[in-house]
Amino acid sequence: MQNSYVPSGETLLEMYRKVVLINKNDEHSHRVIKAGRIAAPYYSPRGQEIIPAAMSVNLTTQDYICTIYRGTHDMIAKGVPLKALWAEVAGRITGTSKGKGGPMHITHPESGCMVTTGVVGSSMPIANGLAWAAQLSGDGRVAVANFGDGASNIGAFHESLNMASLWKLPVIFLCQNNQYAEHTRYEKSTSVARISDRAAAYAMHGIHVDGNDPVAMYAAAREAVERARSGQGPTLIEAVTFRFKGHLLGDNDGYMDKEQKKAAMAVDPVPRFRAKLLADGIASEEQLAQIEADADREITEAIDYALDSAWPEFDELRKDVYADEVPA
Amino acid sequence: MSGDIAAMMNLEAINKALADAMEADPKVLLLGEDVADPEEGGVCGVTRGLSSRFGDHRVRSTPIAEQAIIGAAIGASLAGYRPVAEIMLMNFTTVAMDMIINHAAKLRFMSGGQTNVPITIRMMTGTGFASGGQHSDYLEAWFAHTPGLKVVAPAFPEDYYGLLRGCIEDDDPCLFVENGPSYWTKNAVSGELKTIPLGKAAIRREGSDITIVSYSRVLFEALAAADKLAEEGISAEVIDLRTISPWDRETVLASARKTGRLLLVHEAVKQFGVGAEIAAVAQQELWGVLKAPVARLGGAYAPVPFSKPLEDAYAPRTDDIVAAARQSVNMAEKLPA
Repeated sequence: MQNSYVPSGETLLEMYRKVVLINKNDEHSHRVIKAGRIAAPYYSPRGQEIIPAAMSVNLTTQDYICTIYRGTHDMIAKGVPLKALWAEVAGRITGTSKGKGGPMHITHPESGCMVTTGVVGSSMPIANGLAWAAQLSGDGRVAVANFGDGASNIGAFHESLNMASLWKLPVIFLCQNNQYAEHTRYEKSTSVARISDRAAAYAMHGIHVDGNDPVAMYAAAREAVERARSGQGPTLIEAVTFRFKGHLLGDNDGYMDKEQKKAAMAVDPVPRFRAKLLADGIASEEQLAQIEADADREITEAIDYALDSAWPEFDELRKDVYADEVPA
Repeated sequence: MSGDIAAMMNLEAINKALADAMEADPKVLLLGEDVADPEEGGVCGVTRGLSSRFGDHRVRSTPIAEQAIIGAAIGASLAGYRPVAEIMLMNFTTVAMDMIINHAAKLRFMSGGQTNVPITIRMMTGTGFASGGQHSDYLEAWFAHTPGLKVVAPAFPEDYYGLLRGCIEDDDPCLFVENGPSYWTKNAVSGELKTIPLGKAAIRREGSDITIVSYSRVLFEALAAADKLAEEGISAEVIDLRTISPWDRETVLASARKTGRLLLVHEAVKQFGVGAEIAAVAQQELWGVLKAPVARLGGAYAPVPFSKPLEDAYAPRTDDIVAAARQSVNMAEKLPA
């Protein structure tokens, strides 16, 4: 069934634009944070670029996503504007959340980015609620809950999959299996060889896919979105990938297996995708170079915008706690 | 809505508030364990009749999965619905604390006001069911300590009705604390039931010697104590706090300023309880006005016990309140003028 969903060259190019933006954004994040220009915790999504790119080209702006602290790639792919995103990372008033949420809580309902959580597993119960709302209103939206392999071991995963299957919710559980739960290797924290096998326990469709293969990942995303949108219920996608960096910028990733990391980086999905586009004649070298230059420029402009923006005033501490301002 | 209802049980008031809210706003949803009619509207039947009237899609019985219940409520509220989630017992909120504290309470702030979570979480609790340590706790102080949440704990049916409507109409997440053992207690309902805005206390009995502030079931112990105190010539003013957070500082402080004495009574454990916060504010605001130190009564510093005599002795009783009030009044008389 999956094989019938083949992305067009145009779609692949759209995915590549997102991949480049994510990839370049990661480079700039390391540079800016290491230089001390922005003080923020940073959880690199490097290596996981293809997954949200493939998912988001199958979604509309109105579709919902919930993501996690390692979620910059999901947000960029879904269309959160870079200026507001960077201003939020920098803690400025022009940020998506006026600087009050920070990188772990990027929210941008206009692009469907409803919740970014700093708590492992917590994207899933809330995505169910968004999907329930879509089901009730019949508006055809779907909700995507992004999470990692580590989150498949927390209670919220199991509660959410059971409810979603029972209620036939238009939700997609997108597990980005990057082989590491914080500092702990997959094999040491997860009892099953394939997380997608857990779908069977909830009478749900499970898909095991190479999350670094743009064509396969596109097909998996498309299948799950069509199932959700047509009222046939949820899907658990396990998109296998690899986290190229440590858990948090600044850790020495000494806990990661050197050979495993080396092997994964040797098949880096970003240059592989680029090479495929050239080999298949989907884009020329000039076109791709232009996409990459545009991404660099857009990100640089966003960083400048963020750092030129004002900090929030202290009275922001009393705003948005409730609908009414907290009395001074 | 009719003026001819003479008396009503708290349970009936809750059911009617939910029905009227669902009638008034198609965005109001109910979810929780056993809430639909095939499951008899819960262990106490509070939501009985609602799924038959409004449909299974709006009144959904859920798996026993508190994180999933609150998460579903949060998500639906982000998309414009006003879900009322029932957590069967207040102790079971502990299973969903991540959803309540890290998410429901904070999403408005963490999104810079782009999203809000207009959910109501109903739950019952209280000593009196002989249910022991994991089914009876009053944990309202935990939630009142969390910015972003509102906490409501009525005693009378009019307030069960009006404040539940108030919570559902409120644009922020509200915890609605119901006393289980007094579900079947009948009290007079005067005139038309209507929505009551949160944050306003009610003076249940006027007095001049001491102010007793309480809420939920033990408010009735305070009212009984006021009767007994009157026999001794002590005039107690009794305030029903009704909303714990935000609490009505104006009404409480004005009363304590008038009487010069303040006694705070709740079923929750006294240490670090709601009474401690009110006492701290009162001593700061009324320094030099109060004629006696602020007094507090609360549940014993122990898990709720099973054994009947122990359970009965756990929460403040009428005689405890009488004694504490008497001590407060007598203490003042000993002070120099």
